[in-house]
Amino acid sequence: MNVTLHAARAGVRRGLIELRQILTSTQEILGFAGPVVIFLVVLYFMRNATVPGTTFSLGASTLPSLLGMGVAFTGMATIAQQLTIEREDGTLLRAKATPNGMLGYLIGKIILVAALTIVGLLIQLIAGLLIIDGLNLTSPGAWLTLTWVLVIGLVATMPIGAVLGSLFDDPRTLGFVMLLMMGLAAISGIFYPITALPGWMQAVGQIFPVYWLGLGMRSALLPAEMAAVEIGGSWRHLETLGVLGAWAVLGLVVAPIVLRRMARRESGSAVERRRQKALQRAPF
Amino acid sequence: MRYGNHDVLTGVSFTARPGEVLALLGPNGAGKTTTIEILEGFRMRSAGHVRVLGVDPAHGDEAWRARLGVVLQSWRDHARWRVRELLAHLGSYYAPFSTPQRPRPWDVDELIEVVGLTSHATKRLSQLSGGQRRRLDVAIGIVGRPEVLFLDEPTAGFDPHARREFHDLIHRLSDVDDTTILLTTHDLDEAEKLADRILILAGGTIIADGSADELSRRVAAEAEVRWSLDGQRFVHATHDATAFVRDLFAQHGDRLTDLEVRRASLEDTYMAMVLAVESGRGEQAVKTFGEAIR
Repeated sequence: MNVTLHAARAGVRRGLIELRQILTSTQEILGFAGPVVIFLVVLYFMRNATVPGTTFSLGASTLPSLLGMGVAFTGMATIAQQLTIEREDGTLLRAKATPNGMLGYLIGKIILVAALTIVGLLIQLIAGLLIIDGLNLTSPGAWLTLTWVLVIGLVATMPIGAVLGSLFDDPRTLGFVMLLMMGLAAISGIFYPITALPGWMQAVGQIFPVYWLGLGMRSALLPAEMAAVEIGGSWRHLETLGVLGAWAVLGLVVAPIVLRRMARRESGSAVERRRQKALQRAPF
Repeated sequence: MRYGNHDVLTGVSFTARPGEVLALLGPNGAGKTTTIEILEGFRMRSAGHVRVLGVDPAHGDEAWRARLGVVLQSWRDHARWRVRELLAHLGSYYAPFSTPQRPRPWDVDELIEVVGLTSHATKRLSQLSGGQRRRLDVAIGIVGRPEVLFLDEPTAGFDPHARREFHDLIHRLSDVDDTTILLTTHDLDEAEKLADRILILAGGTIIADGSADELSRRVAAEAEVRWSLDGQRFVHATHDATAFVRDLFAQHGDRLTDLEVRRASLEDTYMAMVLAVESGRGEQAVKTFGEAIR
């Protein structure tokens, strides 16, 4: 059998095994539930507010935005965190010592993170629907849009996460990067329409995938007339595809280079050095 | 091999034959790990000629990788995985590299039994004790039935029982499976028990190469003879212990008791060297030791 294909299959199995491990772990499930509860609280307090200039519920408009942000964050943060942690604990070195193990490892991660993103999205959507109504969930077009936004969003964000996870080998530095991402969410029109922000902030927000994922999800789940409050009064599907596609292409070019460079540097003594560092900062 | 402008390895030259067990011995900082990582292909060298299974490790492909086993100093990777699950998964990568002479991977249940983890096969890795974890590391290292196996300080943190079992496993691998094994240790006793050949690395140079017996013979020019005569203890150092003892018997016959002949062991000399290296008088000690051995 083709050797690469064989490793790819091993990678798929690896992703599914890790998915099962996470979904059957109480601790992980609680980790998932935490943000969902926060979102629900946010939505609950928004339920009576309306989107400025309309009579439409702000909560209902925020839910799709949150789904978009969820995709961006899971795509970027989970991959970055997993890479950093598993580099420190030696999982990556183990993969490197196995024939085609790195390929299997990466495919496993992609499967795992894609699946976790979808699970997270469904949990948020279902939980959100308990409080919110007015979303357009019955038309096939809504699900079609949701699907393509989700797919292109994952392809755009996962390589970014892989690059971040390769560049920062200290989980604490990575924590700081995550904080910056939260800041990014604030100017990406997730919790409040981006049009309420000053022009330059709108411009910055539109560079990054978070805004476009939020917009894409709103376009899928909100009634068509809600496009009026967006920039340019349109869902801008072409632009969404363009920006997310550009991130995807950029990521797919850069990520393999950065990943290869990171993998080349892995050795037993590199893991040991990080271990010593981690032990030093562990509280006694 | 250089770090910055500091040469870490300068004269490391050796060859291992198929099925041979080589111990790379030396004090901390001698360059053992650097040497083994270059051989594993995990670290690029700045100069020199290296071949492992006929391939330069710096350019080894995945088919070459499949013929190697690496036992890592692990910490806590794959904590959520179960023992059998992880071995089966990692083993599956070796299946395309199976040959009639060497079916790969090793049957998982058999391998688990070989390393004595049968009763822990369904445990999560995070639930294993240190010794069990280490045995699993060895199992992962050999799951692909390697032709060459690298072990970096495999028994660090083992209790005597686990150490004994590990030694049996190494013997089995080299005898039954004809695996060439290179292990690093700073325990001379372990090197003596396991290795067909010992390489002593100090100050980035191999200062001794030979079987434990050869090395101690070369080092031990003098032997120490102790005996008791009429309740009194005597000690004498000699170059020819056999002749000296023959003399003793001829002189004293049955009155001789508590006879003991002790070769000034390789260990004594080695320990002295390690102490000197660690207290910063390294170069001098390496030189003296090298001369004693040659």
